[in-house]
Amino acid sequence: MTSRRTTLRWLIAAPAVAGLAAAGFAAEPPVREIRITARRFEYTPASITARRGETVDLLLTSEDRIHGFKMPDFNLRADILPGQITTVRLMLDRTGSFAFFCDVFCGDGHEEMGGTILVEA
Amino acid sequence: MTASHDRRDFLKLAGVAGVAFASGLFAGRDGASAQDGDFHFVQFSDTHWGYSGPANPDAAHTLEKAIATVNGLSAQPDFVVFTGDLTHTTDDPKERRSRLARFKEIVAALRVKDVRFMPGEHDASLDRGEAYREFFGATHYTFDHKGVHFIALDNVSDPAAKVGDEQLAWLAADLRQRKPDDRIVVMTHRPLFDLYPQWDWATADGAKVMDLLMPFRNVEVFYGHIHQSHHHTTGHIAHHAARSLVFPLPAPGSQPKRTPLAWDAAIPYRGLGSRDIGVTAPSDYRLVDLPVAKA
Ligand SMILES: [Cu+2]
Ligand SMILES: [Fe+2]
Repeated sequence: MTSRRTTLRWLIAAPAVAGLAAAGFAAEPPVREIRITARRFEYTPASITARRGETVDLLLTSEDRIHGFKMPDFNLRADILPGQITTVRLMLDRTGSFAFFCDVFCGDGHEEMGGTILVEA
Repeated sequence: MTASHDRRDFLKLAGVAGVAFASGLFAGRDGASAQDGDFHFVQFSDTHWGYSGPANPDAAHTLEKAIATVNGLSAQPDFVVFTGDLTHTTDDPKERRSRLARFKEIVAALRVKDVRFMPGEHDASLDRGEAYREFFGATHYTFDHKGVHFIALDNVSDPAAKVGDEQLAWLAADLRQRKPDDRIVVMTHRPLFDLYPQWDWATADGAKVMDLLMPFRNVEVFYGHIHQSHHHTTGHIAHHAARSLVFPLPAPGSQPKRTPLAWDAAIPYRGLGSRDIGVTAPSDYRLVDLPVAKA
């Protein structure tokens, strides 16, 4: 768990490496990309289903202003900026329903801005 | 809980040394008064002036009623603090200022004239505290009262809920002037510990604040934001959340979403109110939750 923040930094810095992996240079299974768009006061999609053991890249972008993406169960947080894709890699190593939400106050409705990733066996 | 409980029962129930709790009382009737201390002050929180919605159909008058209740205390508090979310947020900077102005007018009805303010994210996060400062001045500050050093911390002007390095340095400098057994009260809006991160009930760098406070033996923290009474300790330091004056929020994790508890017309103002806090040296705090209006 200590390396999560490092992983996040590495990912943002190295999209090319992820590309190489997808092209078959690494033996690891392909990483699924999931695009999530944020705007006041919702994420689209707001519910995502995945398999345990799956690794996903969340491609986060905003349609209006800065938002946050926080998933405490995976010790993950990122800023979501307009006109820019922020990639967050998630290794879904356990089953369950995991909430994410906006942690950058964005107005009347901020408290309702959230979603879930359901990880099935 | 009623006023007839022995004070030691409160201590036992609460499991927090030196703190007694009571609720729904008017002080002064018997031993559970907050007014027995060396002095007492009243905390209001999360008044959310300007809110309108089904969670509080009386939102336009709840604050006035709560003020009348405090004005009716037989012994007036030494001062009153508002721990943030004075106003309900709005995107319109003009409307934000008119809510802050109206709020200020309403609270001028307090009999006590020593009133201290702090912002919440609803007041300050959309403009980094700009409008708030026009009406109430600095968002973090200290003052001393009868041997207690009060520190108001701002964990909301940064929309990412950070105290921030600059303010942390300011806090560290202030604390360097204290002795380990000085009496310190910290007031802030959001919890300084991870109360329930799944609902964002935390401060991003709250742990840094707690690290700075840890060397001091007599520290107590009062905050708001979660719209309910809550008590927690980090090591020897107790944190107390006060109720709101707009709508109560559910207990942490008690329901899937942190949506307001529904208004019950049969029991108006349920779960709302202010708090009278009696302070006795060196570090004894007696908390009495006051209702919005006398039943
Ligand atoms: Cu708040
Ligand atoms: Fe609030």
